[in-house]
Amino acid sequence: MLSYSIKRLLMLIPVLIGMTLIVFGIIHAIPGNPAQTILGTKATPEAIHNLNQALGLDQPWYIQYFTYLKNIFSGNLGTSIQDNMPIAREIWPHLAATIELSFVAMVIAVVVGINAGIISAWKQNSALDYSAMILALIGVSMPIFWLGLLEQWLFSVKLNWLPSIGRLDIVSTVRPITNLYLIDTLIEGQFSQFWMVVRHLILPAIALATIPTAIIARMTRSSMLEVLKSDYIRTTKAKGERMGLIVYKYALKNAFIPILTVIGLQTGLMLGGAILTETIFGWPGIGLYVYNAIQYRDYPVIQSGILVIAFLFVMVNFVTDLLYGLIDPRIKYR
Amino acid sequence: MKKRYVTAAVALILALAMALTGCGGASGGSSGSQAAAKTLIFGRGADATSLDPAVVTDGESFRVTQNIFDTLVSYDYANQSTNVKPSLATSWTITNGGKTYTFKLKKGVKFQDGTAFNAKAVVYNFERWMNGKASGKFAYFPSMFGGYAGDKGLVIQSVTAPDTNTVVFTLKRPSAPFLKNLAMSPFAISSPAAIKKYGKNYGTTAAVGTGAYVFKNWKRNDTITLQANKNYWKKGLPKIGKLIFKVIPDNSSRLNAMKNGEIDLMDGVNPSDVAGLKGNSQLKVYSRPPMNIAYMGFNVTMKPFNNVKVRQALNMAVDKSGIVKAFYNGQAQPAVNPMPPSLLGYDKSIKPYAYNLKQAKKLLAQAGYPKGFSTTLYTMSNPRDYMPEPMNVAQSVQSTFGKIGVKVKIVSVEWSSYIDKLTKGGAPMYMMGWIGDNGDPDNFLYTLLDKDAIGSNNFSFYSNNKLHNILIAAQSQTNDAKRVALYNQAQVILHQDAPWVPLVYANPVLVGKSTIGNYKPSPTGTEPFDAVTIK
Repeated sequence: MLSYSIKRLLMLIPVLIGMTLIVFGIIHAIPGNPAQTILGTKATPEAIHNLNQALGLDQPWYIQYFTYLKNIFSGNLGTSIQDNMPIAREIWPHLAATIELSFVAMVIAVVVGINAGIISAWKQNSALDYSAMILALIGVSMPIFWLGLLEQWLFSVKLNWLPSIGRLDIVSTVRPITNLYLIDTLIEGQFSQFWMVVRHLILPAIALATIPTAIIARMTRSSMLEVLKSDYIRTTKAKGERMGLIVYKYALKNAFIPILTVIGLQTGLMLGGAILTETIFGWPGIGLYVYNAIQYRDYPVIQSGILVIAFLFVMVNFVTDLLYGLIDPRIKYR
Repeated sequence: MKKRYVTAAVALILALAMALTGCGGASGGSSGSQAAAKTLIFGRGADATSLDPAVVTDGESFRVTQNIFDTLVSYDYANQSTNVKPSLATSWTITNGGKTYTFKLKKGVKFQDGTAFNAKAVVYNFERWMNGKASGKFAYFPSMFGGYAGDKGLVIQSVTAPDTNTVVFTLKRPSAPFLKNLAMSPFAISSPAAIKKYGKNYGTTAAVGTGAYVFKNWKRNDTITLQANKNYWKKGLPKIGKLIFKVIPDNSSRLNAMKNGEIDLMDGVNPSDVAGLKGNSQLKVYSRPPMNIAYMGFNVTMKPFNNVKVRQALNMAVDKSGIVKAFYNGQAQPAVNPMPPSLLGYDKSIKPYAYNLKQAKKLLAQAGYPKGFSTTLYTMSNPRDYMPEPMNVAQSVQSTFGKIGVKVKIVSVEWSSYIDKLTKGGAPMYMMGWIGDNGDPDNFLYTLLDKDAIGSNNFSFYSNNKLHNILIAAQSQTNDAKRVALYNQAQVILHQDAPWVPLVYANPVLVGKSTIGNYKPSPTGTEPFDAVTIK
């Protein structure tokens, strides 16, 4: 398994280099001049020309690209054009915000999705099954944008139960240690602040969890249905084992590989795809960070931001692959 | 067995509901507690780009810097006007035929880092901007003062400090907008010591001025926090302890946060949401006086828009009042001239092209297009202050143009690519707008329609020598009555030549808690919060 892991990790390098090339190509192909965008419509053409020169954007693309690659390999993610700050320093607070949100959303999606799928399979063709699957269909097709606004309107404006935006009450601050506020507040022993962070997480996490929940529920249902029909389940039933135990212990474990695949993929997608949720809930995450950079044509931030997201995506998939072996000992890694 | 699951599920739901309702009472919003009462939270759509006002051009940056810095002279914010009044300069004299400005500075003013504000600091700031050519920074400076040091166009000959409290500007030629330019946010005075100390991080990790609030903290894409400047030179101000600017990109969710009491004031209200706010006694709707214009431009170098009759005909085929009603919810007025009515020299005598499709069709036939023609209208995909719903406005134009035989294809482009497209002259018809910088007519007519502006903001590529001579003469004319006469002439020419369809002057809408007092939205788009109160 160790040699497999090392091999897989080494394979990531060409994947990520390919990634940088694609991203670099796309952002240089789209029209829009960074200097013009940064300086705005008020700037004189001369000022734009000067800034282009100062940023090195007047150089041929391949020189820009190789400068960038060289920096990446020396561990330097570059400097933001917009604010002159090192990207490595700016990116973590944004990334942490997204990781925290995605983690909570994924917990919700896994708990709700798997249980809904199991119950649907267990009570196949019952009213419970139908309603769960209709809900899942709605969940998959619901625009997050709309759902988020609806949540805000109901739980914040009408019922006044939960805050509608941000990671914290705007007036309060949490001392950033890891920038994962759930952890930071606990380290500091600030339980009221911890509770505030939880309250701010609920609405965006539910919005972000909708689609993965529905996908996990459907995958769980179909996978469970197959397993529940197998001989060993029938035998266990015949032996008089409790149905709950059969479903959750014996059947789920065998049905879990495809579910895990979906969970892995969805987690990866979430990290880069939380942008809509972040926009609606004023959540300063990596999606918003890259989105703003795109609007300002902040090339270094776009490149490094997407590179980091891509890296996380392949890492999540890698970890998922390793987990297969834990669930199913028959799987061998070579 | 079944029962056990049902019970567990019910218990879980109950627990969740209890948890949710339980905390609802405890801290429903941020407005409850005492400390929060002195804090004002402004919700907005985008973050600042830098807090060094000299290097930025975007309103979201100025919205913040305006509270950290002061300018030599300032607009009359209390009366929501762009008239100039004293600020860091208490008085000034203009001599030498409008070529020498002598400012007396306020004594005893200190920057927030404790260093003294004086004439040397003013000279330092101006020299920093003037010599900024190589860095490509300070974009606003050459736009407003004609160039950098060494450029022929730069209007400033020298800035000197004969004594601690006197600054003398010597100009190469008289410049009518000069005073108004000095009141603009980008030309606020920074602490020279802080600029030297923080180097290229000035504006990101530090920003030091003489203003009512001190920069505390900036969480990117989230919040910028300012704290009251206890040593502020205007006695008794500011009235608020803490000022926070919070980014909430989406207009509707920002309004949700407003209704939920999480923010105190916000801009970027969708015009269609205004009606729903009228009955709410906890909220107050503000309408910003317009100093902008939304327009549809023609590329006059392209066929058939090189024909003035075509442009005039299309001017008659736009239902401006319909657009105001449908897409601005009444928060705008139909435009007549290429500059808003509040500005000096606006020509009231010009009659707008009336919405008359028959007449338009007739004129189009005279121009040689009895059956109309096909063309493309470009529009920006993102809402702007002067045009909250660009796509809908474009479709309205498409529909009325269709009635006179002009088939319009609409292409919607993301902002950055859009500017690129227009600058290169690729759009036969385009939606655009302008928010005034300094309240001077020159900032509309010369900046947008003079032949000098081709390649920057004259996206119509409109070039008229007669107009150019008038606009140049008006720039150096310091007698207001004579300037008005010149600008009136200019507007007559532009009305007849019709390089644009002026669409509307928009009133951007803001909403605030009714406990906020003395908030006066400025026509310039941003305003200081020093005199704002919270009950």
